[in-house]
This record gives sequence, structure tokens and C-alpha cells, in this order.
Amino acid sequence: MLLVIWLLNGTDKSGQKPAGAAATIALGANREDSMKRLCLLAAAATLFAAPAFAADDTIIIGMTASQTGPLNVDSLGLQRGAEMWRDEVNAAGGIKAGGKSYQVKFVTYDDQSVGGRVQQLYTRLVTQDNAQFLFSPYSSGLTAAAAVISEQYGKIMIDGGGAEAKPFELGNKYLFMVITQADYYLSGAVAALAQKAPHAKVAMVYSDDPFSKAVLAAAKDQATKAGLEVVMDESYAPSTTDFGPIVNKVISSNAEAFLGGGHYSDGATLARQMNDQKANMKWVSLLVAPADDKFGELGPAALGVTTPSQWETQVTYKPQFGPTTPEFIKAYQDKYHATPDYHAAAGYTQGAILQYAIEQAGSVDPEKVTAALNSTDVTTFFGRVKFATDPGHHGLQDAHEMVVAQWQQMTDGKLGRQVVWPDSAKSANLIYPIPPATH
Amino acid sequence: MLGILASIIDGVLVGLVYGLAAMGLTLIWGVMDVINLTHGTMIVAGMFALYLLVSALGVDPYLALPPVLIGGFFVGLALYWVAIHRMIGRPPLMSLLSTFAVNLVLIGIGTGIWGTALFNVAVSVPGVSIGRYTFPGAHILAAVLAAVIAASLYLFLQKTRIGKALRAVANNREAAELVGIPTTRLLAIAVGCGVALAGVSGVLIGTLFPFTVLSGDGYQLKSFIVTVLGGFGNPVGALLGGVALGLLEGIVTPFVPVSWTLVIEFVLFVLVLIAFPGGIFTSRRGAL
Amino acid sequence: MARCPFFWIIALVIAVFACAPAIGNNVGLRESLALAAVYIVLASNLNLMLGYTGYVNFGSIVFFGLGGYICVWLVSSYRWPLALSLLAAGIGVSGLALFFGFGILRLRGPFFALSTIGVNEAVQAFVENFGPWGGSSGIYISPQVFQPLGGPARALWIIYFLLVAAMGASLYLSYAIKTSKFGLGLLAIGQNEDAAAILGVPTPRYKALVYSASAFLPAITGGLYFFKSAFIQPSDAFDLSLSTEAIVICMLGGQGTVTGVAFGAYLYEELRGYLLTSPLFSNFQLVIAGALLLVIVLFFPSGLMGWVYSRFPRVQRVLE
Repeated sequence: MLLVIWLLNGTDKSGQKPAGAAATIALGANREDSMKRLCLLAAAATLFAAPAFAADDTIIIGMTASQTGPLNVDSLGLQRGAEMWRDEVNAAGGIKAGGKSYQVKFVTYDDQSVGGRVQQLYTRLVTQDNAQFLFSPYSSGLTAAAAVISEQYGKIMIDGGGAEAKPFELGNKYLFMVITQADYYLSGAVAALAQKAPHAKVAMVYSDDPFSKAVLAAAKDQATKAGLEVVMDESYAPSTTDFGPIVNKVISSNAEAFLGGGHYSDGATLARQMNDQKANMKWVSLLVAPADDKFGELGPAALGVTTPSQWETQVTYKPQFGPTTPEFIKAYQDKYHATPDYHAAAGYTQGAILQYAIEQAGSVDPEKVTAALNSTDVTTFFGRVKFATDPGHHGLQDAHEMVVAQWQQMTDGKLGRQVVWPDSAKSANLIYPIPPATH
Repeated sequence: MLGILASIIDGVLVGLVYGLAAMGLTLIWGVMDVINLTHGTMIVAGMFALYLLVSALGVDPYLALPPVLIGGFFVGLALYWVAIHRMIGRPPLMSLLSTFAVNLVLIGIGTGIWGTALFNVAVSVPGVSIGRYTFPGAHILAAVLAAVIAASLYLFLQKTRIGKALRAVANNREAAELVGIPTTRLLAIAVGCGVALAGVSGVLIGTLFPFTVLSGDGYQLKSFIVTVLGGFGNPVGALLGGVALGLLEGIVTPFVPVSWTLVIEFVLFVLVLIAFPGGIFTSRRGAL
Repeated sequence: MARCPFFWIIALVIAVFACAPAIGNNVGLRESLALAAVYIVLASNLNLMLGYTGYVNFGSIVFFGLGGYICVWLVSSYRWPLALSLLAAGIGVSGLALFFGFGILRLRGPFFALSTIGVNEAVQAFVENFGPWGGSSGIYISPQVFQPLGGPARALWIIYFLLVAAMGASLYLSYAIKTSKFGLGLLAIGQNEDAAAILGVPTPRYKALVYSASAFLPAITGGLYFFKSAFIQPSDAFDLSLSTEAIVICMLGGQGTVTGVAFGAYLYEELRGYLLTSPLFSNFQLVIAGALLLVIVLFFPSGLMGWVYSRFPRVQRVLE
């Protein structure tokens, strides 16, 4: 059984076995054998010298992606963005630090959107695949699970997919979030709504998952402070497919504005059913779903729906390094024949920021890179990136801001997203109220 | 007040479709004491058949019903011969596990092909509006069709020779053999009908809600609840049970945060199982 | 019992599990064996019901999840030491099981099986709404809880050894029950419950007892598993697919046998680990598990050990 165990699991690459062998060989005093022993010692020493990495000058980054499971639509963008960064960096000669160039290698597993799997896979990435750095999975729940492993083994994890703040408030050293945190997701939408309809009645209906709950809890606070009246506040099981009863409840509550949703599937269905049942909300903000181009397939149900977005194709930040927004969009379109969404932009930025920190630190040593990340304050095409460094919130994104995008009729007659908030970033005017549904 | 009424009516409409879904499960159970754990996946298969027929061939959604009915029947026959035939007469645990195993395989293949992406079939049927509340036309049409199909099943079982033979086999298989009824063939037919019903209800549900490969679990659980309410082996009971479930969902939702609906359903399920192991609407188990 | 060779075989297995990763500080191996140990616990305890009495508990994972929740909650909210929390979890969940058991064990065969799914789903839905347990967001444990255990690295080892202990306890429990009068009564129930009742076996009490017993170690294991994960969510804690896999393992190894179930658990975990990371097969993991189960149910209902016993009858005297 021992043999089977060893065969099936492979040996640890930390070089412990050669140490034992070298030690026994070094003992003993027979002169005639000393040449032989010296050779064996030298051989053993080369095993020591061989780095624990797959090859010299490679940086291995580990991550899981939700290739299957309910989150796979959203996770795809994140993964593609990261892969595009990797390909560009390698084509340009790799990451340059401490006089060496490092090619970037990804090891990716499918977590099937399941938390238990995430931990097994990240443990494997760290203990068997020798990942030196980690990227987060997609979604707050999975990121929280993965963060436990990265902290247990002391590996830096860059988070581009999980916006909930809770994992960052437990005390960590190696976690860094490049996207805006959940609490600020709807602050722009709430502000815009309060401006257009100062005492509007708001219904909040959202998925019962860590991310959506965090967003809406903060939004409720912000809405109440802004003078809006929250008339409904309910969560639904993430697996819900029939929103009919919920929509009826929303209608009964006399709400004029709707905030909520969760991820892609429920958001899309909510929009469709609100349209079918003629809920006629004057304002609809849904999380995540409308940020995906697929949302446009809903046709009239998509019109007027707003969404908080980490990034849109119309933003005009001036990057201090890396591509500009138009360059990023073009490269992505050339590679994937699709327009990038904010997940893709976040995925790319995960890599870009890690690269920046490694190059600033001049080394791949985790402590030095951590120090570099802690003092990072740069702007890329994605926006400004700066991390909180106090122990109670370490790694939370301090500088990046959300925009509000809205689905509108474009000049070519098709539906598309426009940035409508804040005023400094907008590409079109906000449409309020949403025209009532006509069948 | 109107809101609650609207909720209840909507619940009943959807409940009729749930009832139809459960009829497939209860038929197989009644005839051969087998609980078909592929039931949920067969419902999903109906949904995907709808999607494929509509998107690939541009067929009107409701015209997908006949092909799914017929196709489902043959799939059911196959299911019988693969997983159930050898299990007849063995402890019920075995057929539970064999259908469960087939279910795993089917879901695995399904997710392998379609992942877990959400699919949507656009159906535009004018709805009926009362005040501020609209009853989507699709709900009404689905409920009507479910009732029609259920009525046809009832007539089939009561009036046709095969139907009577099925009821005979359900009642006492050995006695049926003795009077010359080809039981094996009938068992296969029963499974065929059961799967066909599941598939057809899948088509109807597909016109109402979006779905993924994994949606089957939820509808299967609802089918179990309905079957428990209506009685194992009792198709009419299944329809009534479906209405009861829909009613329950309609009543509960306006008053209780939506996330508690599931808890209530499951607790009810367990309680009813314990209190009425044969079902609420049944007088005799196996009485088709 | 200490005179029986099987007792020492179990001891050997425990020793291998404990020592193999310790040699050379092989963390990868430890993680892999930890998971195998969890499967062995789940499958062996499921086997107490499935293999001995013939009652399928489709929702056996509810013990694992509840145990996990109780332990994590006590550790994070009340700062109880780990050992105490685990014990509380084990006792709490078996107590609950005893209570529920009297209700649902009145049901026979498939009805019981379905009701166990209902219990699992009801508990999950309840926990998702239960504020003090974090609702659907779950509970996070701060890394500080590892300090009393000597820091994360050392804590992981301690947890591993505790898992191995739980695994050993499960194997011994299965064996002890099987060779006892209680076990005889259970097997009688499995053969023909009515006849057993007539012959004087106190069936309701025995069924409730074994149901409760089958909850204790999975609850503790759940506590260990989720403490290690530092994070528990309802969707992970009550994941029906784990119960499913436990059933597949029992059938694969041979329901009612101790060796078969343990070996089946190990084999299955290795297979699964391979499928999980293989780019080709990770989507088809379910297909393979399902096909495997189908073949076993159709052609080898006694599982691996059934086949071994039929080929090598003398083995049955040694390996239970």
C-alpha cells in the first residue's frame, strides 16, 4: 500500500530525499570509496541546486477558474484577461527582476464553482505544483475559501474576482484586491437615483450570497442616508429560477426603483420577468448581469437597466504603464473576437499589478514583493490601484472607483452600454425614468 | 389583497405544470414500485429538446410537445431495459441506485456538452392583465395544456386496453401474468409513458422559466413533494398535489421572505411523509 | 477482539496513514490522505445503516455539515478550544439524530431514503436563513484561532492526526458493531425487518441507535474539516454530492464489509483526485462515477469484497 501511495502521489519536490542520501553517503571513512562518495555527493548536490521551480527563470502562478458551474459565464472574462496579460508579457521577454527575465506560466484548475474544491485545488497548487503566486478564483465566496490557503502557506494572492471585504478583515498579510470592494458597488447608482428622484421608494431584492448581501447591505445604508425610502429588502436562494412571486411582491410594495440581483443567471431572469409582468420600474440596477454583452439578448427587457461596473470600454484613465484602454480593447478583440467586459479588465490588471510589484521589488521573494505591493499607488487603464495597509483591512482596494453603465439604444439602432455616472466619466446622459414596457 | 390573490392564482397555474411533472414519477412508482431518480434529468431533457427544436429548427415552442412525447417514450423504454429490468423483484434500494447511477451519467454528459450555462426560450403569448398584475400568457397556456395532457392520461388509463392492463399490473403483477398479460412489455411501456410525461412537462416548464442542465434537481424534489402529497401511484392525486404545492407557494410568498419558502416546503415534505406514508389523497397504495 | 487479526490490520492501516506523510514532511501526500480519511469516515458510518440494516441514507452529509457548523461556531464565536468544540459537535449532532431518527425511521425503504434528502435540504435551507450562523454567507474563522495550536503549519498537522484518529475510530466502530449482538440484530433487520421484530429484536430502538451512532464520527470529522478550511458555507456543508459519493463507495467496496468500504473509499478518492485535475476528465467525473455505480449495481451488487469473498472464501474469516 505504501508503494501504491508513493506511486499515486508522487514525491515531494523539496529535496528532502537527496538530503538523507547525501548524509548517509558522507558518513564512513573508507578512502577507496571516497571518490565514489564524492561523485555521489556532487550528484546529490546538483539535485539540491536544481530549483524547486519547473525550470530556471519561470514564475508559476496558480489559480482556479469556474470553467463549469453556475459562475462560468462571469469567470471566463477574468480568466481570458489574465491569460492575455501572460501572453503579452511572455512575448515581450518576460518579467524582468534582479537582472533576470522570468517567463510566466499559469497552472489553472476548474473549481466548478464549488468552495470545497477550491481549497483542495489551491492546496495542490501550492504543495504540488509549486505555484509562487496565486490569482483568486471568481466570486467572493470562492475567494474567501482560497484566501485561507494562501495565508496558511504564505503565498501572495491577487484578487480580481472577489469583492467582499470580509476575508480582508480577519487579519492577513498576503492578500491584495485590485477591484473595488462590494460596499461601494452601488454607491454611484444610489447617488444618481437620489439626484433624479429624491424620495423614491426602493425595492431591494438580491441573491443570498456573500457578495450580493454585502453590496445591498451597504447600499441600504447609503440609500437611507440619501433620503430614499427602502420599502422592500429580501434575499432569494441563489438557485431560484422562478421570480414571478418575487416580482409580484415588488409590484405590491409600490416601489419605483429596483436594486439587486446577484450574478449573471438570476440577474438576467429578473430583468426578463420584470418586463414580462410589466413591473414598470422607473429605475433598475442589477449587479453583474447587465455588464455582460449577453444581457443585450434580452432585447426590450434590457433597455434602461443600469449596472455598477468596475470598468467600461468608454473610460479614459491615463495609464502610467501598460496598455491604454483602446489598446487593451483592440488586443482583446483580436485575440478573442469579443469585446472585453470588466472581468477581463480586472483579470488583466491582476497580472499587470503583480508584474509591476515584482519589477519594483527587483525580486520574486514573497516578502519583497509584498512590501512593493503595499507601497503601490499607480494608475493603469483599469483605474487607480492602491491597497489599504492597516492590519484590520489589509489588501482592500482603496483607490479604484466604480462607474454606472446603462443599457440604451445606440445610434446604430442596437442596444449597448453607455457610462452614465459619474459626470466626469460619462459617455451619455442617464435615461430616467425607464420607459414603461409595451407588448 | 389583490396581490395575494394574484399570487395564489399564479401559483395554481404553475402548480398544474408541477402536477403534470409528478405524474410521470408516480406512474412508474405505481406500476412497478420503482422510484425513478432520473426523473429530474428527464424533465431537463424535455427543456433542452424544446430549446434545440426552437433554436435550430425554428419550431413554435408548443409544437415541440408531440415530438418530445414520442421521443420521451422511446427514451423511457431504453431506460427500462438498461437500468430497471434487472431490478424488478430485487429490493427497492437496488432500483433506486441504478436509476440514480443513470442520472449521474446523464447529468455528467449534459454538463460536459452544455456546461451549466443558462438557457432561455423566448415565448410570447399575450397575457391577461387585472389591475396592476399581469398573468403571463405562457403561464396560462402551460396550465391549460398540462390539464389537457393529464386528462388524456386519465382517459388512457381508464378506457383503453393497455391502460387497463397497466392498472392490472400495478395492482398485482403475478396475477396479471397469470391471466396472460405480457407484464415485461407493460412495465417497459409504463416507464416509457412516465419519461414521456416528464419530458413533456419539461417542455412546458421551459416555456416559463430559464434552465440549466442542473435544474432537474429542483423540479425532481418538487415532484417528490407533489407525489407525497398526492399519493404514490395516483396520477389524479399528483395533479391535485401539484395544485396544492402551487397554492402553498402562492400563499406563502407574499407573507414570508422568499428565502424561507424552501425551508417550509422541505419541512412539509418530511412531515407529510411521516404522517401519511402513502400520500394524502390516496385510499389504497398502488390504486391507479 | 484484540486476538483477531483484523484488529491489527486496522491498526496497521492507521499507522500507515499517520506515518507516511510525516516522513519527509510531505504536505502534498498529507492533504491527499486527509481527504481519503474523510471519505473513509463518511463511507464507513454510512455503511452502518446501508450495509447492516439496508436503509439508504441519501442525506448522510447533514451530520457532516451540522457538525462542521457547531464546531466552527463554537470556536469562532465563543473561543472554545478545538477539542471541546469537536466533542460538542459530535454529541450535539448524534443527539439530534436520535431525536429525528425516531420520527423518520418509522418509514420503510425508499420513503426513508427520500425523507433523508428532505432532512438535508430542510436543514440547509434553514441554516441559510439562520443569522447567528452567518446565513448563506457562512462563518469565517480568523487565522488567530490557529495560534493556540502553535500556528497554521503545526495546526494542519494536528488536524490531520485527529482526522486519522477519527478514521481509525470509524473502522473500529464498524468492526465492533458487526461482531456484536447489536450488529447481529441490525443484520437481521436488514434481512427481514418484520421477522426480526417478531423474533424479539427491538427494531425501532436499534434503528434509532445505529442512526444516531452513524452521526457521531461524521459530525466530528465535519468539525475538523471545516475548522481546517477556516470557512463554512451552507452550500459546501450540505452538499448532497458527498453523500452520493459515500453511497457509491459503499457499493463499490461491498456494503456491509469494513475492509471493502475503507478500501473503496481510498480507491475512489484517488480516482476522483485524478479526475479533478485532469483537463480531459474533470467534466466527466460524474459520468464515470455514475457508470461505475451502474455497473456495480447491475452486475456486482456485493461490490469488490463480494467478488473477493467468492473467489477466496478463506479471506472472509480474516477480513471483515
